[in-house]
Amino acid sequence: MTDLTALTIAQAREKLRAREFTSVELTDAYLGAIEAANGDLNAYVEVTADIARDRAAQSDAKLASGDGGALEGIPLGIKDLFGTEGVHTQACSHILDNFKPRYESTVSQNLRNDGAVMLGKLNMDEFAMGSSNETSYYGAVKNPWRASQGSPLESVDLVPGGSSGGSASAVAAHLCAGATATDTGGSIRQPAAFTGTVGIKPTYGRCSRWGIVAFASSLDQAGPITRDVRDAAIMLQSMASSDPKDTTCSDLPVPNYEASLGKSIKGMKIGIPREYRMDGMPGEIEDLWQQGIAWLKDAGAEIVDISLPHTKYALPAYYIVAPAEASSNLARYDGVRYGLRVDGKDITDMYEKTRAEGFGDEVQRRVMIGTYVLSAGYYDAYYLRAQKVRTLIKQDFEAVFAQGVDTILTPATPSAAFAIGDKEMAADPVKMYLNDIFTVTVNMAGLPGISVPAGLSADGLPLGLQLIGRPFEEETLFQTSTIIEQAAGQFSPIKWWG
Amino acid sequence: MSVDTATVKRVAQLARIAISDERAESMREELNTILGFVEQLSQVDVEGVEPMTSVVDMEMRKRADVVNDGDIPADVTANAPISEDHFFMVPKVVE
Repeated sequence: MTDLTALTIAQAREKLRAREFTSVELTDAYLGAIEAANGDLNAYVEVTADIARDRAAQSDAKLASGDGGALEGIPLGIKDLFGTEGVHTQACSHILDNFKPRYESTVSQNLRNDGAVMLGKLNMDEFAMGSSNETSYYGAVKNPWRASQGSPLESVDLVPGGSSGGSASAVAAHLCAGATATDTGGSIRQPAAFTGTVGIKPTYGRCSRWGIVAFASSLDQAGPITRDVRDAAIMLQSMASSDPKDTTCSDLPVPNYEASLGKSIKGMKIGIPREYRMDGMPGEIEDLWQQGIAWLKDAGAEIVDISLPHTKYALPAYYIVAPAEASSNLARYDGVRYGLRVDGKDITDMYEKTRAEGFGDEVQRRVMIGTYVLSAGYYDAYYLRAQKVRTLIKQDFEAVFAQGVDTILTPATPSAAFAIGDKEMAADPVKMYLNDIFTVTVNMAGLPGISVPAGLSADGLPLGLQLIGRPFEEETLFQTSTIIEQAAGQFSPIKWWG
Repeated sequence: MSVDTATVKRVAQLARIAISDERAESMREELNTILGFVEQLSQVDVEGVEPMTSVVDMEMRKRADVVNDGDIPADVTANAPISEDHFFMVPKVVE
């Protein structure tokens, strides 16, 4: 038998329906792969083998009677940020020690309802705050990709990006058929770009946030990381819904995303924003971008130069808005209702000691920044100003879309994956933040964005291109990214892990 | 704008995070790096611009004003570090 873990979701779906193998067999193949590899990659923080086999057996019964759901019997990994009933849900933080919710997040419930099998919970940056998956309480995740021989990074372990680093690593290493992820400033698209996988952050409000541990509520969105564009369409189809439990969740019907694949992009207007050509951007990123432009042009799209004048202010505005919301959202971790408690001489001492021990450095930094920018006397200068800048960023996009631009093409990241423990990034938090320079604008404007693998760097590491769409036009992104995928081909790491 | 060590300690107190003198010192540097970075927002002309309140153009859905959940105290307190008879237990706060 061929290796079952090599199949995409679409391929496995057909073969499960044709009864070529069972979901229990497929699930066991993945559980075996995880057992062999997780010591090397650290992608999973909890493997739910019993739950997986149980749900796989139920799926097999449904498949046998011909009434399986859209994802019946497909084994998936779930980011640790999603509340999963009775199962480890800690946002990879020490402060949520032993937390097992009594409820299931809407997104993971949607996947369950469609028959998906949960393999376990995936590693991530603590509370989704990070771009390298190094802030996890459970340790760094390794990227399955390694630099080519002769590269200065040749023998170095690389980050998978973050915050959804476990999701990206597990998908790239075939430790799940697909994974859930979340994106507040780039946390789906940047790790997808670093691992040669596809990641889509849908429009704000397309997926319910209910039951997902909150980081910055006006920016957080769930989405999938998968091996190809078709699988991303299949997974998002299932994850997206309207939800009375999230008042910011859209009531618009979820279109048939898979139907948009393979449609021509002839005559489509694709914007190239001049402000994304940053000073000091590596030549290979510029070359990749030009290559992407050429592919889309060959497919019949019209390429237009556009301007998004407030682009450079998106990242600084984000580092006010996101920490402000985080400081408020994370106030609930006080050692009383769930998770870690460190005793103190009185209740305030208990709060302070619990939060000092329970939150890692990066989380503490962001809670502190957020508390500061919201504090009396600074609110107008920082927070209010940042929210005004956010309006301007959104208006930039609206003006471009009003000119008839259908989608915008940019690089996904300013570089390929870097080394675990990179000294420059460790010494300067802002250096790490710059990873999200091309992705963060999309969250600030609430738009959908997809990262699709487009080539390899000089070091032999994957690089991605990003497409940004109009609100709720994810179909355009699937349609257009398929063109890039077909032209670029797919990229797989050479197996070195167990 | 930049912060001094006394401000760092005051903010840590507001955020309910215990901080040592040594950590306050290194935190001051880290926060000033970030505040230095966000400082560039002062270059933007925001005169007459409305602050964003909702990123997607939609009216917030309202639900009927009825009780639709409850009677689950065991679930609510299930994850508490210490609970008794469905109450969260905390150190004594009233003398």
